[in-house]
Amino acid sequence: MARRYDSRTTIFSPEGRLYQIEYAMEAISHAGIVIGVLSKDGVVLAAEKKVTGKLLDMSGAKGQSYGGSGEKIFLLNSNVIGGVAGITADANSLINYARQAAQRHLYMYNEDIPVELLAQRLCDLKQGYTQYGGLRPFGVSLLYAGYDPHYQFQLYHSDPSGNYSGWKATCIGANNGTATSLLKQDYKEDISVADAIELVLKVMSKTMDSTTLGSEKRAYYLALRFVFRKRGAAQIADRETTVEFATLTLDAEKKPKAKIYNPAEIDALLHKHGLAKKDEEGSVAAPIPSDQTV
Amino acid sequence: MDISFALTGKGYVIVAADTTAARSIVKMKVDEDKIKVLSPHLLMAYSGEPGDTVQFAEYIERNIRLYHIRNTYALRPPSAASWIRRSLADSLRSRRPYAVNLLVGGYDTSTHTPHLYWIDYLGTMSEVPFAAHGYGAYFALSLLDRYHDPEASVEEGLATLRRCLDEVAKRLVVTPEKYKVKIVDKDGVREVEI
Repeated sequence: MARRYDSRTTIFSPEGRLYQIEYAMEAISHAGIVIGVLSKDGVVLAAEKKVTGKLLDMSGAKGQSYGGSGEKIFLLNSNVIGGVAGITADANSLINYARQAAQRHLYMYNEDIPVELLAQRLCDLKQGYTQYGGLRPFGVSLLYAGYDPHYQFQLYHSDPSGNYSGWKATCIGANNGTATSLLKQDYKEDISVADAIELVLKVMSKTMDSTTLGSEKRAYYLALRFVFRKRGAAQIADRETTVEFATLTLDAEKKPKAKIYNPAEIDALLHKHGLAKKDEEGSVAAPIPSDQTV
Repeated sequence: MDISFALTGKGYVIVAADTTAARSIVKMKVDEDKIKVLSPHLLMAYSGEPGDTVQFAEYIERNIRLYHIRNTYALRPPSAASWIRRSLADSLRSRRPYAVNLLVGGYDTSTHTPHLYWIDYLGTMSEVPFAAHGYGAYFALSLLDRYHDPEASVEEGLATLRRCLDEVAKRLVVTPEKYKVKIVDKDGVREVEI
């Protein structure tokens, strides 16, 4: 009879749990992973985009003014980048809310919204669904990578219950356990932004191929590595990009500079880091035919 | 008849305001504090329509405090000044506007810079190195043009302020006898005798 308490978002079960919230978090743990790493001179976000199919027309997405294909990583304000995991439609709604909250703050105070305040604004909304009800909570976790003069670079995570917390390195979505332990292993205090990029890509590549289940996907990811490592950048560019990537640093005038990489830049980045380990897995990757790569 | 001055220096802002509360031609009080401490590093001198001034200043004071409590850090001087200006501008467009002129001085602890804002009852705001409201402005601004130094020490800044007060005492017909002077710098707010 556990289902008696399942359908209400605002009613505790006899064990004192809110099932809908837990289900929402479950939904997130199947989503593509988003990794965030804080460094002393910037914040790095990377996201794995689950490929929907090769017939999906992505040509429109390339025209976005700030780059990126805009599925997992978004510009929330000039000083904050958001990475989302969960139900995309819910995420879009939250992103819109975040952008409005940020602009409202700019209107009232003539300053970029402090990162924690933006996280709080969204969490207030998300918390509302655990108490006042509605049909279901937002099935979205977010990472906020931002900068403000109070605490400089910051990385926050928020979940469907409305909890938020600050991190040096964290991740959300599928395989977050593996990724977290990898981050724990390799994160160093006073890491530079260049090292953070490398760390994020390393964790990304490891969590994407070794632990994902399902034969099709497995073949795909092995092939992905094969493509990254064995072929030139020109061929990589033909494929759809499956990684989204963004950094937040300071420009020459000490103003926050958000950079969401466009597909060509991501491929160049992957190529640069992938080439370093070139030949070691040639035998593994070789048997996979190239037309399975998409 | 209120007179207020403010000037910036190396890492500080000095804010001064007279202490008389008058009604018509009668002095009611000579120890009125017209400089509110809005947050640990923010000062606001207010002048204008009696009644409006205190009401508006308290409204601002409480709301800045509320922001500080809610968000654990206080508004930085530029943001606080922007919000105060907006409050005045909204008030101007209401049924009964506040007629209050302000000098907002603060020290930004995150960028380590002093900031001074001149705001009038119409919601005009500008960031300035020195400022004055009331009749004092007619005498002091030219002095400040001549003697203000953004790199001056606190002692030099107070000496410049002293010149302004002396000039007002010498030339203004109805001159206030006492001023309250407050300084805000990296260590917060303190009051000084002049």
